[in-house]
Amino acid sequence: MPDRNEPIPDDHDPLRNINPTDSDHLDYVGQQGLAVEQETLIEPDPAKREQARSLWGDAWRDLRRRPIFLVSTVLIVLLILIAIFPGLFTGTDPRASDLINNYLRRPDWTDFFGGGWFGYDGQGRSIYARVIYGARASITVGICVTLAVTLLGGMAGMAAGFFGGWSDAVISRITDIFFGIPLLLGALVLLNAFSVRTVWSVVIALAFLGWTQLARVMRGSVITVKQSDYVVAGRALGAGTSRLMFRHILPNAIAPVIVVATIALGGYITAEATLSFLGIGLQDPTISWGVDISSAQKVIRQAPFVLFFPAAALSITVLAFIMMGDAVRDALDPKLR
Amino acid sequence: MTVNGATPVGATTPEEAAFAQEVQRGEPILEVRDLRKHFPLTKGILFKKQVGAVKAVDGVSFDLMQGETLGIVGESGCGKSTLAKVLMNLEPATTGSVKYKGEEISRLSGAGLKAVRRNIQMVFQDPYTSLNPRMTVGDIIGEPFEIHPEVAPKGDRRKAVQDLLDVVGLNPEYINRYPHQFSGGQRQRIGIARGLALKPEIIICDEPVSALDVSVQAQVINLLESLQGEFNLSYMFIAHDLSIVRHISDRVGVMYLGRIVEIGTDLEIYDHATHPYTQALLSAVPVPDPTARESRDRIVLTGDVPSPANPPSGCRFRTRCWKAQEKCEREDPALTVRAWLEGRARHDSACHFAGERENV
Repeated sequence: MPDRNEPIPDDHDPLRNINPTDSDHLDYVGQQGLAVEQETLIEPDPAKREQARSLWGDAWRDLRRRPIFLVSTVLIVLLILIAIFPGLFTGTDPRASDLINNYLRRPDWTDFFGGGWFGYDGQGRSIYARVIYGARASITVGICVTLAVTLLGGMAGMAAGFFGGWSDAVISRITDIFFGIPLLLGALVLLNAFSVRTVWSVVIALAFLGWTQLARVMRGSVITVKQSDYVVAGRALGAGTSRLMFRHILPNAIAPVIVVATIALGGYITAEATLSFLGIGLQDPTISWGVDISSAQKVIRQAPFVLFFPAAALSITVLAFIMMGDAVRDALDPKLR
Repeated sequence: MTVNGATPVGATTPEEAAFAQEVQRGEPILEVRDLRKHFPLTKGILFKKQVGAVKAVDGVSFDLMQGETLGIVGESGCGKSTLAKVLMNLEPATTGSVKYKGEEISRLSGAGLKAVRRNIQMVFQDPYTSLNPRMTVGDIIGEPFEIHPEVAPKGDRRKAVQDLLDVVGLNPEYINRYPHQFSGGQRQRIGIARGLALKPEIIICDEPVSALDVSVQAQVINLLESLQGEFNLSYMFIAHDLSIVRHISDRVGVMYLGRIVEIGTDLEIYDHATHPYTQALLSAVPVPDPTARESRDRIVLTGDVPSPANPPSGCRFRTRCWKAQEKCEREDPALTVRAWLEGRARHDSACHFAGERENV
């Protein structure tokens, strides 16, 4: 993205900006030949000198000023902390159940201080503790699936875009086939094949079906970058395939992939919750928002709050990742500056 | 076919003799013979069938001498840039031969091609897209050394890059900056430094200044000229700006629809053009003097450039030529010296009725 920042203005003199096809240009070139043997270089301000600005540097500067990015970052950092150290946020065991202490009892002040802020579910377990402990499954699925699809889709898209021709035709057709399988339906069928369903089987199922979107984005991006002059210049220097791919094309083609992956992350968390809700994803001993939403639906008329809290946690998490993706996309798009 | 336009025919005055000697420097370093590049036109999605070809370069022959600058001019779409790409082996030639110091290079691949790349380098048109925005200037100019480690030992590379920056007139301290921190002219200098890194003998400049402001064009042209003397470089200088080509070139070739229609020294081409197309091109150069502009005789060509997928029979220029006769339709004129021409008009020209025009 050239010229986003003002270049050092050493050659922009409007008076000299005459029509290049003027035929007195020859004389002009001759005179200038003596006058401008050495181009004068304006030394930059020493304070500005050290900041080597790149696309990501600019994006970062831009992002720091966006409230949406700040809010979503705070939320995501908090959620990741909760996922890694749930014990820091609650002292209550999410599996401890006191059947008397269930959603039918009228809550009083002791619940508020006793680790039951959000009340208790049908089996007398603290909803707050379950919401805290349920973050781990959702965040793990979201992040791991995103990493896996970025890697898989990125490699497939890179190979298709870079080599073109037959490899592109084959990879693109395979992508189309996978693209035709609905994510949830496909995952349902796949997960049925696992006898024990853990977080990892959900990750594998979603990654297996989800890489196509990233592959398409990567392919398009690689094809655009491949045609640029600096890649041709690299070839003219004799650069090999791996150098062209990883030094020239990948760093310039990755930005849209990262944006799509960040936004898709929210979608994978939803997909995990949906699968668990349908009873085909995670199952009860595992603590997950989807599992809790699923069990809460049976008591929704008597105690809607049992459903409300895990559902709200899920929505906030998905929203945080989508907002982050949106903000990153805007920051990386020079047209929106 | 005479392709070396440096034949000093009619060198009578001392000035002309000196001129003829000047252009006769060196041996041919690059010999191009009947080079063709056809891009196939295909039909069908699954089973592709070739239905024709865009003849972007269609039988080009010339010699590039050691230490000289050969200018190539022509309008958009005449095949100038494709010619450069084929010479650089960035596109495979369809047929024809390119010899570097007598060695055939157009069919090379792998290690042989990599070795040849050290000697032939390229400067690109657009300094804004020809530098990788994610690499620092030091990495961009140092990359040739990483690809060809034998050119500079690892420890000396940083020094070598700084020397190159110095040679092209940039501050060696700029080594850690990114391309977007530079202006167009400075970026083109970085591109030239990258081209020089491997100490090549030939640099192909594909419209190296057409994306720059006029004052910066002059700086870059002057830089290219001084580097030529310093490193004994041979340039192939592709441009559509006739004035710049005249300024920098020793010899000039005029291209039309994938062919060279006229080639000779800059004086021969600019003041003694014999091909009608060259004459028409020259008459279109803007004249700043209003009175001279009114009195001069402009040739306005009618019609469009024919499609390179379906060029006219015989002479390719005949559809727009005021001299065209039946012979032009039947016979393809060879690029050669016509017997009836005299003095500086005696140079290669692909026209059956080649002749100087009065009052250009």
